[in-house]
Amino acid sequence: MTLEAKIPEGPLAEKWSKHKFNLKLVNPANKRKYDIIVVGTGLAGASAAASLAELGYNVKAFCFQDSPRRAHSIAAQGGINAAKNYQNDGDSVYRLFYDTIKGGDYRAREGNVYRLAEVSVNIIDQCVAQGVPFAREYGGLLDNRSFGGSQVSRTFYARGQTGQQLLLGAYSALNRQIHLGKVKMYTRTEMLDVVTIDGQAKGIVTRNLITGSIDTHSGHAVLLCTGGYGNVFYLSTNAAGSNVTAAWRAHKRGAFFANPCYTQIHPTCIPVTGDHQSKLTLMSESLRNDGRVWAPKTVEIAERLRKKEITADHVAEDDRDYFLERKYPSFGNLVPRDVASRNAKEMVDDGRGVGGSGFAVFLDFADAIRRLGKDAVAAKYGNLFDMYYQITDEDPYKQPMRIYPAVHYTMGGLWVDYNLSTNVPGLYALGECNFSDHGANRLGASALMQGLADGYFVIPYTLGDYLATIGPKPVDGNHPAFAQTKQDVMARINSLLALKGTKTVNEYHRDLGHIMWEYCGMARTEEGLTKAKGLIHELRADFWKNALVVGENEEVNPALEKAGRVADFLELGELMVDDALMRRESCGGHFRLESQTPEGEALRDDDHFAFVAAWEYKGDNQPEVLNKETLDFEFVHLTQRSYK
Amino acid sequence: MSTNNNMNLTLKVWRQKNADAKGAFVTYKAEGISPDMSFLEMLDVVNESLILKGEDPIHFDHDCREGICGMCSLYINGRPHGPKRAITTCQLHMRSFHDGETITIEPWRAGAFPVIKDLATDRSAFDRIQQAGGFISVNTGGVPDANVIPIPKVIADEAFNSATCIGCGACVAACKNASAMLFVSAKVSQLAMLPQGQPERYSRVQAMVAQMDEEGFGNCTNTRACEAECPKEITLTNIARMNNDFFSAKLFREEHAHEHASGE
Repeated sequence: MTLEAKIPEGPLAEKWSKHKFNLKLVNPANKRKYDIIVVGTGLAGASAAASLAELGYNVKAFCFQDSPRRAHSIAAQGGINAAKNYQNDGDSVYRLFYDTIKGGDYRAREGNVYRLAEVSVNIIDQCVAQGVPFAREYGGLLDNRSFGGSQVSRTFYARGQTGQQLLLGAYSALNRQIHLGKVKMYTRTEMLDVVTIDGQAKGIVTRNLITGSIDTHSGHAVLLCTGGYGNVFYLSTNAAGSNVTAAWRAHKRGAFFANPCYTQIHPTCIPVTGDHQSKLTLMSESLRNDGRVWAPKTVEIAERLRKKEITADHVAEDDRDYFLERKYPSFGNLVPRDVASRNAKEMVDDGRGVGGSGFAVFLDFADAIRRLGKDAVAAKYGNLFDMYYQITDEDPYKQPMRIYPAVHYTMGGLWVDYNLSTNVPGLYALGECNFSDHGANRLGASALMQGLADGYFVIPYTLGDYLATIGPKPVDGNHPAFAQTKQDVMARINSLLALKGTKTVNEYHRDLGHIMWEYCGMARTEEGLTKAKGLIHELRADFWKNALVVGENEEVNPALEKAGRVADFLELGELMVDDALMRRESCGGHFRLESQTPEGEALRDDDHFAFVAAWEYKGDNQPEVLNKETLDFEFVHLTQRSYK
Repeated sequence: MSTNNNMNLTLKVWRQKNADAKGAFVTYKAEGISPDMSFLEMLDVVNESLILKGEDPIHFDHDCREGICGMCSLYINGRPHGPKRAITTCQLHMRSFHDGETITIEPWRAGAFPVIKDLATDRSAFDRIQQAGGFISVNTGGVPDANVIPIPKVIADEAFNSATCIGCGACVAACKNASAMLFVSAKVSQLAMLPQGQPERYSRVQAMVAQMDEEGFGNCTNTRACEAECPKEITLTNIARMNNDFFSAKLFREEHAHEHASGE
């Protein structure tokens, strides 16, 4: 099958406006005849649901949490990029576009990324109009900071909780539409399948998480805004409930899954303390603006630190290796996430890791405190320092933080064209759920930007074109496809409830996470991936024999919810490994040991791998088929990334 | 790793099959608990052992596990989110307890937050209060440039302080009257302080207070328990601001307020 990305012809800067003009419109009086299903209420989902309802469509929105405000976008700390150039420091739409393409290691589409940069400025305007309290200067205007590998200050922020403030803005817009009756909100409701009729998405099947009721919902289009799949690694910065089920079910109904192996490992997370750990907590990347990353120069010193014979402040200046500053003098501690993460892993592999487990390096604020004073550091990062103290019982004003990379974001996801449509007509994917505009590595402060760009400024235009094409004829909710899909869902639930083995679902999840982290994490090899494939295959077979799922369907049953999600993660894990095996190059967050420069940096192979890998499901236990979408670079010159 | 100083605890947990069932405390042993575990991770351990025995695990709400989504709750030893100030239950670590301790765990207790199961309650009343008016009526697109409206930093910061509310409901759970005034006033204040929020300022406060009353929350008698227990340290000043706006709307701006009451 050929994948049509539908990127408009013409100069970069004109593509989107030209495309908007060419898209069909739905007559205002006809809009109320269309029903749109939006699954997920994070930044992408809430902004899409609100914007579409404002236009006049009838929207049904779904989330598994008890309130749309709890979607995991809420937890984003750092900020949101926009090419406003308010700081007069040389930023522009083109520069944001260029930085994003380069940061993604040339594995994203030029047309999409340019559009993202273009609408970024509108997002800030929209959020401010909604009352989002961004940080401000004393003159009353908006403040910016430089963030994660960027040489201009283009990041807008709201202390350490930009995600919550942006989501509350989108949530308030959603609330207004709920109040006006244009959005019907279903909370504590999980989507378990997509209903397709003649190859087009026409509805979903959901489970009410309180009563267990399995219901069908029909609509003219289905928008999946269900986030990423980082929890396939068990430990990640994702929320406990974050899962791949909606996207995976869509995949099994025909939607291609693109670049599944592209995982972002965030460099500054609080290290793991033990097997009991259920999640990892991120420490905002903004800390690297003032914190200096180091490891002891020798294994001996590291050993003494690990045994707690000495503390970090006892390590002499000469015995410290500020490895990012040493290796990347021009970017220093502000190198992109993938580079910072890999270098921390190198230190640990070298035996120079610190902390009880040895899986950590230091992020030190002593210099910043000397230079700026404790109060100034507290004003900037106080809430993060408090959070660190709360979790580790160590005071980062006195001792350096211990940090280690953790899975944070997934650049892969459902394949979509320029209109955000999957290859299944009527089925759309927005935000982290799609394979998106970040290529092989997402720059800091770009996830919030993309989620809101998709929801506020892209889908309201592109969806209309599809709706105008299919016409407003009501979707027949009695079509046999609804009953059939509902039956499929119930059959699957029954097979999960029939699992009465000896091992809990959580144990399977943890085992899968270990395999993924070990072999499909920061560094990957042919040998390791091949081994992982076998291990996951066995684990999955074992799950369907020996897992233990308690309770019934007709009640609140988190064990059942988790079982369905882990079963899907087990399938996804295999596909991720397949994708990683196929991609015999290093790019962005995907680092293949076989493909590196003499200095040990990631070595891309543009001749063979400048494509999007879109995987096609072919049935249970059948190998998936790889479809390639070639990435054409008309405007930027592909270079090896260098942050030296 | 502090695997050597593990703790053994006794838990008295409120178990209630569903909203209609009669609940009761059930006692569990939590053994081999590491002080580095979060409170929810401790419950995870207990639940794993219950599942292996084929028993119904203890149900509690949780999601982000980093103190921002507001989904976790729990009334621990008589205090919302447990003994420490300014954190949520998911940020509470077992090092705050001692070996051999008995810990009592209950759901939020409030008529407007009916129990769903065990420790999870229905807080959708909070959503409905915000749906009644907790927004600025702007559509997507067609808004002015973000820097057109300068906002003094002190005002922006103060609005931000109100905006940090995570909607967890600890304020309601802490209050002997089960009042939602701290929550509602934080939401009202954020928008009332910002220039963007002025056009609907008085209709908003009336609509939200009306919905709050309809949901059956109690009134405020200034005991300040809400402020003491709020994980985000929302202050009582918000309630004063809300009262002020509410009375202004009632006394002087009734007509003006009605003009905007439709939310259109």
